[in-house]
This record gives sequence, structure tokens and C-alpha cells, in this order.
Amino acid sequence: MIRHDFSRVDSKRRANLDYKKKQFAKPEFKQQDYEYRLNFYILPPTAEITLEQFETWAINRLKVLSELEACSFRNRTPEETAEYMTSILNKYLPLRSNSSRGQNLQEERKKDHYSHFILRLAFSATEDLRRRFSRLETMLFRLRFKDDDLRERREFVSSLKLEWEEVGEDEKREFGSELAAVSGARNEEEQEWFKVDWERVPELVEQRRVFLKRGKAYVMQREQMSLVVAEFTKRLDEALELTAKALPRLDEDDRLAPILAHLSQSFTAPDAAYSSSDAAIDGLSTPTADSIDAVSQHFPLCMQNLHMTLRANSHLKHFGRLQYTLFLKGIGLSLDDCIIFWRRSFKLMADDKFNKEYKYNIRHAYGDVGGDANRRGRGYTPYSCQKLLTEPLPGPGQSHGCPYRAFTQDNLVALLQRTGINDRDLLKTVREDVGKQRYHVACNRVFEHAHKREIKKVKDDGSWSAVDLDTIVHPNTYFKRSWLLKHLGEGNVGMVGGGEKMEE
Amino acid sequence: MPHSVSPDGSQADSQPIKCEPDTQSQDVTMSDAPSPAKAEKTNVNLEDLFDDEDSDPEFSSSVPGVKSEEEPPHPEPIKITSRSSFSDPEIMRAFYQRLFPFRYLFQWLNHSPSPTNDFAHREFAFTLQNDAYLRYQSFPTADLLRKQCIQLLPSRFELGPVYSTNPRDRKTMRKASAFRPLAKELVFDIDMTDYDDIRTCCTGASICHKCWAFITMAIKVVDVALREDFGFKHIMWVYSGRRGAHAWVCDKRAREMDDSKRRAVAGYLELLKGGDQGGKKVNARRPLHPHLERSLNILKEHFQTSILLEQDPWVEEKAAHLLQLLPDQKLKEALQKKWDSSPSRPSALKWSDIDNVAKSGALSKGSKDLLEAKQDIVLEYTYPRLDAEVSKKLNHLLKSPFVVHPGTGRVCVPIDTRKVEEFDPLSVPTVTQLLTEIDEWEGDDRDKQLADWEKTSLKPYIDYFRGFVGRLLKEERGGVKREREETGDAMEF
Ligand SMILES: [Zn+2]
Repeated sequence: MIRHDFSRVDSKRRANLDYKKKQFAKPEFKQQDYEYRLNFYILPPTAEITLEQFETWAINRLKVLSELEACSFRNRTPEETAEYMTSILNKYLPLRSNSSRGQNLQEERKKDHYSHFILRLAFSATEDLRRRFSRLETMLFRLRFKDDDLRERREFVSSLKLEWEEVGEDEKREFGSELAAVSGARNEEEQEWFKVDWERVPELVEQRRVFLKRGKAYVMQREQMSLVVAEFTKRLDEALELTAKALPRLDEDDRLAPILAHLSQSFTAPDAAYSSSDAAIDGLSTPTADSIDAVSQHFPLCMQNLHMTLRANSHLKHFGRLQYTLFLKGIGLSLDDCIIFWRRSFKLMADDKFNKEYKYNIRHAYGDVGGDANRRGRGYTPYSCQKLLTEPLPGPGQSHGCPYRAFTQDNLVALLQRTGINDRDLLKTVREDVGKQRYHVACNRVFEHAHKREIKKVKDDGSWSAVDLDTIVHPNTYFKRSWLLKHLGEGNVGMVGGGEKMEE
Repeated sequence: MPHSVSPDGSQADSQPIKCEPDTQSQDVTMSDAPSPAKAEKTNVNLEDLFDDEDSDPEFSSSVPGVKSEEEPPHPEPIKITSRSSFSDPEIMRAFYQRLFPFRYLFQWLNHSPSPTNDFAHREFAFTLQNDAYLRYQSFPTADLLRKQCIQLLPSRFELGPVYSTNPRDRKTMRKASAFRPLAKELVFDIDMTDYDDIRTCCTGASICHKCWAFITMAIKVVDVALREDFGFKHIMWVYSGRRGAHAWVCDKRAREMDDSKRRAVAGYLELLKGGDQGGKKVNARRPLHPHLERSLNILKEHFQTSILLEQDPWVEEKAAHLLQLLPDQKLKEALQKKWDSSPSRPSALKWSDIDNVAKSGALSKGSKDLLEAKQDIVLEYTYPRLDAEVSKKLNHLLKSPFVVHPGTGRVCVPIDTRKVEEFDPLSVPTVTQLLTEIDEWEGDDRDKQLADWEKTSLKPYIDYFRGFVGRLLKEERGGVKREREETGDAMEF
């Protein structure tokens, strides 16, 4: 049996000592009683759980959070997300209301409570992890808050004793017309209003759903969810900061440290941002206009498609050119070589036309020309999968975007076969993936298949960490990882991490 | 008394400057300019720098004890001829040496008498004469910033955020997260480009008094919202040098906002939606939010004069857009008929036609829809059009106040919001004009040591800036005291 003292993660040392004294005064750790389904996770767990529970519960919660993240990644609406998450939540982290008359309410809530705190420990080490954890926990909380039993939710909220200043009758009268305008309601007397610093409800401010007066936001009762969720996030962020500070001091049970490390590692998929480190690849000589054909075998399908289309037609339409130019820029092709590359590729075009109509766009994409903002940012950032997956679908004659999304299944399979992917089981699974709109899953699946042997090798010899092999969410990451894997033992051992994040 | 420049670059120790734009790299990082002699520790007595805000002896030659070596004791006069252009290196050098208010800029950004990281970790980005762009510059003191400007003669420079570490050291950080933006003023950018679809008096880069009214309206509406609604006090508006204005909200509370809060403020102030495809850009919820109600009241008057009379936006075939914005088919047809017979009818009359025709029975639905549509139209033609992206990001750069606009030569001077209607962008001094004014100064400056800028028409603007900075510093100092008192208890354990 294992007892982990979460309460040590607390900045108020003195209060903490008292708390502990009280706890130690009793020989038995008290089983906490969970009156409500929802939890702000203020009190750390105190009872004992088994090592197995510790790990299983954490992994289950992690599964839920990952799926939530995938939802936002795929740009699902809140409604779609709620629908998609229902079965996942029921399977991994069920949490029913009192009115459901479920048998194991206390057990469910205990698991929810403990798993939250375990992950809090695992994900407090770096700011990136904290931010992500907080964002996903907030999503989870909001999801549950929305579908909670109304009466229980009200009781839960009042149990929080949030310090919201109630707006008195005098003030309600003073700002009567303003408040009425915000609420849109006729019977103003009925409405209850709270007053908070506007920074606590940025979402409501953004949508002008509060009345603002000298830095205070007047929030009506029915906007409560925003307030509660914002409060949840705020407290979690603060708690995570404290956990991070306390982390080195935790006299960790030896058996926990590896589990926590493993948990946080399996969570470190990068956000869908382009990292400039994707450009600098050890051992790869700077690509030139002449070498693009050769390195294009390492390109993700979206870029291979553009490359093949370009070779077939000696032309690409605007958005395809832009997408491809930025990708090439991202793999390190210089502006001069990029211009040469396009000039030669547009075989049928006269110099004059090329210089007049195309060259400028390439230079603009590189930030060589254009306004301050463009040059300052070195042109545009290479597109991420998220960008490609959320842009409008390509129209007739266009070939940009993500083929997993834009192509019919038959055409997609034909395209994959042209790039040398013939495994029938794989193609079948890819069909299933895209059928469920899991485009990036399909793309990663193809990558893993195409680099099966190399991935096994770097896993076995431990030269690449789990982070280095995490889900690919950027075409340039795809290229970099592919190139490195196919050139193992040539002096590069997976320099995947590091580097500054590209701004904006 | 002539002022000085050293036309042939008399800095004894000027280093070769490498500042070619590096097109090979995808990184936003630009090649660094040489560090402005960081090792060169100056013994600045900072109390001297800040003690008296009112007496300002010989401002342009910095402070006692840090006499800049570049300046020869007997300055040679610069010749301003009719052919002098404001981008000449000599002109820019004279500008940075004699006119630019480095000291107040330092105080403004430093928030404290003694140098703090608020200034030292602040990013400066220089645009050089050859259009090279240097990011991540930073300076421990005002004087080192000034030296760098005199050395590089940037055509302009921008201000970024205060970072967690010195921007020049960002590459030595082991973790990328150790270098992150902490604070920056909340900024707004209003540019006439965004009004091009409703501006009839000028096009492109040019402006006149008629279209400047758009900027005046925007300033009025945004300024009052920032003060009344958000409670900000230290808001400075700055002419962008050509056809727009910037706002710098400098309250501590504003500086420390993260991106989600910046996005919230920008979203709160944003109203117009949709591109140039001719659709209705304002569809405000009813009842109008108090901020919009107040804005509408401010803008109504301007609509009558600045829009209907001066812009006259619906002459000839352009009346089609007005019709498109109206709700009632029967009314539209009646108006169409009326205007087709006299297409040159001025916009003001067409506007009043709407109600008149409606009253004469051409309205199939209630008048409430029509009233609201008309309000939306007023807002579409007058409500501020912000470049919201600038405001949403903590790490966005914005051109510094008081630099010279390279296209017009005009100095980016503050706009006094108490007299915002009187501000005339076309009479803002240009750098060449200012230098001429110094040359033509005929006052007796032997017993009263006047700084060069005090001899020019830049004076009222710098005076305004000085007052603004003084009020900000006063509040910051008060804030520090309060914080100390409040944490007093906590110190016990
Ligand atoms: Zn004009």
C-alpha cells in the first residue's frame, strides 16, 4: 500500500503543518466524503491507494485528456466534443450525479479526485506542461459542468463560497438601464448581479456580455458558468505553480517517480506550432533547388502531392504554391534557391511573366518584401496540420490542403499507392481513420508504417525518447523526423527537441 | 547658436556594423547588431536623472558624468537646404542627437527612478536605412540607447515587450521557456487603410482634414471606453506619422495582461465584421450594449458632418450600398425609384429621404427595424476600425513614439486627447523643419540653458509627454509604497 502526501504541495507551510498535525493525530487517514459530483480539487487526497490504482487511474484520466485535446485539434464544436466524449468518459472516468442513483458514486469521485492530483504532480514540471494540463482540465470541467444536474450544480456552486461581490439594490438602480441593456431582460428586479474584476471573466468581456464600469465587470446570474470556469482555471493555475515550486522538495516514493516521469513523457506531444528547430537538421546539407526531387521522398503526403502535381503540370495554383513554398522555406531552402526551384518548375512560362507575377509572392512568403510586419516575422510561418485541416477545402484545379481530408477515399488510396504504400491492412485502417475524420491519425499511421524498422531501432537502443516520436502535427516535423530516421548512424541521433518556437 | 551634428560619423570607435538581413534562416531571430558597448559601464547618477522633472538642463547631451564622446565640443552647423531629405544620415543623426527625448522615453518605460529590468529587458527593434531589421536589441540605460541610435541611425525603431531575461541573452538560455515576454503596454493601432472602402476624399497613403475625422472619432470612442469601462488612466495617443494613430495604455494592470485578456479588450471594442464583399458589417445585438450606446451617441454628430456632408458616400451608383443596408423591400424600392431620378442628390438628403419615404407609407414592417438598421449604418461608417491583431498579442511590436515617419518625415508626436479635435496631422512638424527651427532660434540661450527641442515646435509635444510620464511615475511610486506596506505583515514569518 502506498500513501502519497499531496498536501505537502502547499506554499502555506504553517497552515500545512497544522493540517498535518491534525491528520497525524488520528491513526487512520480519513476517507473523504464527496458530496458533489463536480470538484474544484482544493483538498488533496489523504487516503491510501494501491500502486496499481495509482497508475491505472492516472492513465485513464490521461486518456480522457488526450481525447479532449484531439477534439480541439480537430476543431470540433463544443456540441460535437460533448457527443464524442460521452462514451470515452463513461469508459475511463465515469462521474455520475447524485440523482443518477448509481452504485459507486463515491468510488467514481474518488478516482476522479485522485487521478487529477496524480496528473497534477506529473505535469507541473514545465510551463508548457502546466499550461496544457490546465487548458485540458478546464475543458473537462466545463464539459461536466454543462451536463450536471441543475439543482446539484447550484448547490455545488454555492458550496464554493466564491468571493463574488453581490451588486446591491442601490447600484442596480444607479445602473438600471445599462444592466437592462446587457441582460436584455425586461423584469430587471428579478435579476441577480455579481461584481468582479473584469480580468476574471475575459470571455464575457470579449463578447460584451457584461457591463463594465471602471474595471469592474457586472455579471448576471446566468453567466455564472464563465465565472465558475474562470475561477476553476485560476485556482488550478495557482496550484500548479505551487506544485512546481514544491516538486524538487517532494520526498518521492521511489516507486512513484518512474510512473510520474512516464506519464508526463507520454503527454509531451507538442502543440501544433511550427518550431524553427524543424529547419535545422543535423547532417542534412542545406537543400538546393536541385535536391528537392531527391529529398521529396521524405515529404508528408500533402507536400508529395503538391510536388507530384507540380512535376506533372509544370504549374501549381496560388494556394498550393504558397503552402509548398512555406514548407520548402521550412526545410531550409534559401530564398534564392526557392526562386530557382519555381522558375525551373514552371517550364512553360516565360521569364517575364514569372518575374512579374510569381517572384514577388515567393519573396513575400520569405519576408523579403512586404510591410514591416511581414518582414519582421520573416514572412509567413510554414503551415501546420491544424491550419491545413481547418482551411476551406481546395476547389477545382487546386491541390493544396491535406489529402487525407480533401481526397475521396479511393483517390487517397491511389495517391498513397503512388508513393509506395501498398500494405492492404494499412490502407484499410487509413480508410477507417479518414472516415472518422481522424486525418492526422491516418497520416501518423502511414508515417509509422513507412518508418517501422527505424522507429523500432531507435526505441530499442533508447536513442530517441518518447517525446521525439510523439504525434506529428506539422508537415515540417514529418520531413525532419523522416529524414533523420532514414539517415540513422550518420552522425545524427535524433536532434528533435530544442530550439526556439516560432512566434505567431 | 547652431546645433551640432557630426556629418562624417565622428564616433571614434564606431564598429563595423553587420546587419544584412539573413534570408537563409527561418528563425525570427535576426542577425544581431553589435552590442552597444555593454562592457562600458557608465557611472550615471540616476537620482540626478529623475529628481526634478521640471528643470531639464541641456537635455540632449544626456546627463552630467556621461558626456557622450561622439559630440565635439564645438558643433558644426548642419546645412538644411531645400534639397535636404529627412532620411539623410546627417538629418537622422541630428535628430537623435538634438531632438529625440531619450530621457523621457527611458522614464516612461522604466517606471522607476533607478534602472530596472522594465527598461533593461525591453526589446527594441531597429529598421535601418538599408531596410535591415534588427530585433531583440536592449539597453541598460537611456544613454546607451541614444548612442546606438546615433551610431546606427535607424529610420525608425519599435518597442516590444519586457522579457524575463535580457533579450540579448535569449540564445544562451538553456530552455526556450526561460525567455518569455512578461509585460507590455496594451496597444492599439488605427490606420486609415481600414477605412478605404468608405473614404471618398483621398486614397492610398494620402490624408486630408476630412478623413482625419475618422481617426478623431476612433480616438474618442476607444479612449472613453478604456477609461470608463476598463478603468485605465494612463493612456497616450500617438500620431503614427502618416495616416493613423496608436494608443499606449500604460497602467500596470494593462501592462501585465496576458494574451487572453488583451484579446478580451480587443474583442470588446471590435464591432465591424466581414470583408469587402459588400455585406452588412454591423449587426449589433439589441438592446445595444452600454458601450455601443455611448459610442453611438458620440458618433451621431460626426456622422452628420464628417460622413454625410464631407465624405458624401452615396452619390450616384454608390447609393446601392446604402439600399443594401436597409431592411424593408418596399421602402428600398421606393427609395430606388426616387434616387434613380436624381442620382446626384447629396448623401445628406438621401439619408433624410429614408425617414420621409418611410413615413409616407412605404414601410411594410414596423419602424423599429428601420431605426436599428439606421443605427447600424451610422456605426458602420463611424465606429473605430482597429487593427485588432496588434492589440491581442503581448509580444507584438509597435513603433516608438517620437520617431520620424520615414515616408513623411513627420515626428510621431503624442495627441492630447483633451484637444483631440484640434489635432492637425498636416501641421505636425517634420524633422527637417525642426532642425531649421533650431538654426533660426534667436532667443538668448546663454543664461538660460535651453535644450534644442525647446527651441522648436516639438516643445509642446515633449512637454505633454513629460507630463504624462510624470503622472505615470507618480502612480507607480505610490504603488510600490503601497505594496511594501501591504506585504509588511507577510514579512514576519
Ligand atoms: Zn482625405
